[in-house]
Amino acid sequence: MMTDRQRERLKHRIAAICAWLVAILFFFPIFWMVLTSFKTELEAIAVPPTVFFDPTLENFRLIEERTDYFSYALNSIITSVGGTLLAMLIAIPSAYAMAFNPGRWTKDILLWMLSTKMLPAVGVLMPIYLICQKFGVLDTRIALVVIFALINLPIIMMILFNYFREIPKEILEASRMDGASTFNEITQIVMPLAWGGIASTALLSIVLLWNEAFWSINLTSSDAGTLVALVASFSSPEGLFWAKLSAVSTLACAPIVVFGWFTQRQLVQGLTFGAVK
Amino acid sequence: MNSTLSKWLQAPSIIVLLLWMLVPLSMTIYFSTVRYHLLYPERTGFVGWSNYEFFYTDPSFWPAILNTLILVGSVLVITVVLGLAIALLINRSFPGRGIVRVLLISPFFIMPTVNALLWKNMMMNPIYGLFAVAAQSVGAEPIDWLSQYPLLSIIFIVSWQWTPFAILIFMTSLQSQDQEQLEAARLDGAGAWAQFRYLTLPHLMRPIAIVLMIQMIFHLSIFAEIFVTTGGGPGTQSTNLAFLIFSQALQGFDIGVASAGGVFAIILANVVAFFLVRLIGKNLTV
Repeated sequence: MMTDRQRERLKHRIAAICAWLVAILFFFPIFWMVLTSFKTELEAIAVPPTVFFDPTLENFRLIEERTDYFSYALNSIITSVGGTLLAMLIAIPSAYAMAFNPGRWTKDILLWMLSTKMLPAVGVLMPIYLICQKFGVLDTRIALVVIFALINLPIIMMILFNYFREIPKEILEASRMDGASTFNEITQIVMPLAWGGIASTALLSIVLLWNEAFWSINLTSSDAGTLVALVASFSSPEGLFWAKLSAVSTLACAPIVVFGWFTQRQLVQGLTFGAVK
Repeated sequence: MNSTLSKWLQAPSIIVLLLWMLVPLSMTIYFSTVRYHLLYPERTGFVGWSNYEFFYTDPSFWPAILNTLILVGSVLVITVVLGLAIALLINRSFPGRGIVRVLLISPFFIMPTVNALLWKNMMMNPIYGLFAVAAQSVGAEPIDWLSQYPLLSIIFIVSWQWTPFAILIFMTSLQSQDQEQLEAARLDGAGAWAQFRYLTLPHLMRPIAIVLMIQMIFHLSIFAEIFVTTGGGPGTQSTNLAFLIFSQALQGFDIGVASAGGVFAIILANVVAFFLVRLIGKNLTV
């Protein structure tokens, strides 16, 4: 017979093994994609699948030769960071005002903002496309930056509002007694206190924009194309060239996945509106 | 801060979002009432409700609505249940927990297009895909997942991406649970289920609400995953509302009808938002 303690330890060990198995299962497709990117096309579709093979960099070389990976990557960085900055610029003063000076409609306004996020983009694709055409900004980064800022603004507002609300009002009142202006209030007191919240909101927004597919595919082609568009361009004519597809996918996802690993703690804070510590 | 200044600070976000909503919306509503076909630009004029009628009587309309709801509903249930189970599993420390955590959350950072292509080709392909190879190795007939069970496959693909999101949030939230309270319950003889039911689950209500809300926002208009894998087919088996509008607009070249579809989608989003707000509102301090 096992003692209670032994049984408890056995249970822990089984739980740990299960956790490892589940984690490997979840990660396996990504691992397989990266592995495939180092195979030749023939090895990629071999049945049974090859696990041991001579890794080749041929796919990556071909991609570098045929497309300009770095210009796509640069577009992704500029549009996701630019869209985030623009949205933050609009959202910080607004969320600040709503949190410290809430009106009767504040709650409704915030929920309305969030509801705009639920509209299927495809419903308004034609108008937006025509407007961009009219202003001659189709396939430009600036159009994507503006649209990215707009699509993330509701979520950013919501998160920042919740962060700002957690700042005790007494601190602000004290500073006001000392004669601080609103500008000073924001820059010297609110920003330093909410800095963690602002940073995690920005990180989350960058991740979401990096992976945004609809607008980047429909509004860009060669000039402002992001990595999402690059992958999409590889998917249709070369759907069966798995090794190349895997290589380009690996290149497109690696930056943001690594970024996500390093910032996971801040990301959670952003995602839960700061509610879950 | 006086209220005038407050209004000035709030104005920019409200105005840009209002513009972002109203300008395309009014154009969409206008297009939905006129003839606007890219292949027949000479046909113009006001047509009243006929675009709506056309879209509404399209045999794909009700299947698309149903598919949208099934897709959203199933993904929500799967990700919350699975996310909870896995988060509980990794809640206590064990060797390599940090690595396990990184492995588990990785799918969330993969682009939806890459995610869909990866599953479509390397996993679900009926000849070379790993699922087919696995089925054959045990002597079973390989299944062409995407054409035999298209909607199920898409639910699977989306859940793979979003379960990590639920894990990430539940995991963090579990860490903040009061351990002494759990210990006390254990000493009083509460079983594992009772502890979960009466202590852990209430503690997780708010994170669950957040997971539901954010996912619903993203899943109501799922597009990339369907576009890349099944193209809505076979037939209408995996067409959701967003994809139906897309196929009317860009494959049917009929902007008028597609705009009418856009209006339907906006109405559906608002209906869902209404219920969502009632559901979530209690759990979210707005």
